[in-house]
Amino acid sequence: MKKIYSVLVENRSGVLSKVAGLFARRTFNIDSLAVGETEDKNVSCMTIVSSGDDRTLEQIEKQLNKKLDVIKIKTFEEQESVSRELMLIKVKYNKSNRREIMETCQAMKADIVDMGKYQMMIQICDTPERTEHFVKLLSGISILELARTGTLALSKCEM
Amino acid sequence: MIGADAIAKCLIHEGVDTIFGYSGVAIDPFWNSVGKENIKTVLVRTEQNAGHAASGYARTLGKVGVCAVTSGPGATNLLTGIATAYADSIPLVCITGQVNTDQIGSDVFQEADVTGAAESFVKYSYLIRDVRDIPRIIHEAFYVASTGRRGPVLIDIPCDIQLKKIPDFEYPEGEPKMRTYKPTIKGNAVQIKKVIKVLENAKKPLIIAGGGVFLSGAKKELRAFVEKHSIPVVSTMMGLGVLPSDHPLYYGMVGNNGNAYANRALRECDTLLMVGARVADRAVATPDMTFDGKILIHMDVDPAEIGKNVGPTIPIVGDIRHIFEDFLESDFGDRHDTWVNMLDLYRDSMKEERHSSTEYVNPQNFVRKLCMALNEKYIYVADVGQNQLFSCRNVIMRDGGKFFTSGGMGTMGYSIPAAMGAKAAEPDTQVVAVCGDGSFQMSMMELATINQYKFPVKIVVMRNRYLGLVREHQHHDYNGEYNMVFIGDEPDLQKIAEAYNVGYFKADNMKDIDEMIREFLDGDTTSIMEIMIDPEENVAGV
Repeated sequence: MKKIYSVLVENRSGVLSKVAGLFARRTFNIDSLAVGETEDKNVSCMTIVSSGDDRTLEQIEKQLNKKLDVIKIKTFEEQESVSRELMLIKVKYNKSNRREIMETCQAMKADIVDMGKYQMMIQICDTPERTEHFVKLLSGISILELARTGTLALSKCEM
Repeated sequence: MIGADAIAKCLIHEGVDTIFGYSGVAIDPFWNSVGKENIKTVLVRTEQNAGHAASGYARTLGKVGVCAVTSGPGATNLLTGIATAYADSIPLVCITGQVNTDQIGSDVFQEADVTGAAESFVKYSYLIRDVRDIPRIIHEAFYVASTGRRGPVLIDIPCDIQLKKIPDFEYPEGEPKMRTYKPTIKGNAVQIKKVIKVLENAKKPLIIAGGGVFLSGAKKELRAFVEKHSIPVVSTMMGLGVLPSDHPLYYGMVGNNGNAYANRALRECDTLLMVGARVADRAVATPDMTFDGKILIHMDVDPAEIGKNVGPTIPIVGDIRHIFEDFLESDFGDRHDTWVNMLDLYRDSMKEERHSSTEYVNPQNFVRKLCMALNEKYIYVADVGQNQLFSCRNVIMRDGGKFFTSGGMGTMGYSIPAAMGAKAAEPDTQVVAVCGDGSFQMSMMELATINQYKFPVKIVVMRNRYLGLVREHQHHDYNGEYNMVFIGDEPDLQKIAEAYNVGYFKADNMKDIDEMIREFLDGDTTSIMEIMIDPEENVAGV
């Protein structure tokens, strides 16, 4: 099972290593990790996606709660959240596939953000599922570099 | 006032009277300032033992133990002491000197990233970067170490911060305000009601008591509760001594090294209340199987322990003493006489009488005889190995007794420094360390410290020329092909005793052993008693 942990932590040096170290030491998975300051610059938000059985997923939350730099944890499933991932992909193109790439981008709501004579850079910001799908759609062309943020997620708005 | 003076003042505010440690350039300002205060300082012979001594001190008094060492190798040597305390939830504040702030990260002489290295076995750690943070951090450190699930807190202080002037010193009062740390103390009232109801209806209730009972100071409350409702109790290794061994409701120690009748009680009960015990692998090897079909109530101050190794029917988070105080307010009739009678029968009929060769000392009988001869107030510190298992299966706990050992980490060499720390804490208590020839050699250098500071302890060395427990393991699992377990005849303990100027006794067999034990324990002096054990003697079944 997959779970998203939105972890508010004190914005102090070494906190990332403490949290990452906890996952390593207890053999918890990190499927993705994204960190940044919140509206309060003393507080950072770590969005961690992990997977495992129920006991493991519960332990992750409990063990994170024991860390004295952790202020608050929210956990939710993917469908209970709005989650996004930003991905930049640099590809090699030529005359024969240029059109096809551009059509794929259009269909998937990806933007071409930079272009050279033989290279272009595509940006996609979408759910982790769709960004993954987008990479698959590009499998026919040569990907030179790829960078992604990891999942960012917030629980859905209250109705 | 400089940073180091401030630290010393903070320690006084926290009621610290003894610090175990080692010197070095990066911690020198600290020792200089501590030297001006009314604090006893104890120079151990290797830093690891400063941690163990502080642990023995903490367990004896139920307060935070303090140790301090220098940067680099001093700090890395202390790591085993910290990890040992962490595994048994012992409250320590460990202070390490660090190289100057501007040198951190440049691999200068005696620099080690100790906060990084210790991260997975400290409750929390601080690297002090601003001298003005000293009072707040020390105040927090003592609070964190001694509340919730107890544990070691590390404070790393660069040398320049120790020397820097602190503008105005004021020690914070009351509980520190930490938005990230709020341990649960009171048990949830609804859960408490549920537990009482379940216990009331149980036909075969059993309490399994662990080290958490001592850590929260709940021994009295637990005893009052089980006596009120005649609920049988078994203990883990860390829980030895929750009830006296001869208490009618005490049914021994569980686990693969425990008493057969205790394990039987665990198998046959219908309702199990687990108190301050973490379902460790050595206590309950197959938790899911053992607890299948039972009502399991798990009580712990650390929510993460609940459901870690087994999913309980009723979880209850909080400080054990507080929860038992609430339990004691309940009133219910007990209807499990038949269960108690059955357990009595198991206990009487499943006593293990081991007959070892008469050529050697019988370690089981020796432990019992030793315990019978101890003063009213005593602390029995067992090391790790066969000596530990002979000890915990046969130790006789009385009201005035305490049993310490390195349970979670199983750190060899723990007993002598921990015994020393215990004696430093309570000079009037008789302290005995029981170790093997392997563990003795891991910390025998502390004989010098023991003598220098006059912390007399009685040291039993079970001698069999082997790292006995590993030999036993190889005997069973590797067809008796012994590797890396023969430890030989050296050193001559009589000469060691002479060199360190302590008493020496030696028993080859059980002849006149009572008399020798009496002489060995006589007087508040340090002595070694070497007892010769059959090298092929096993702890587990024949």
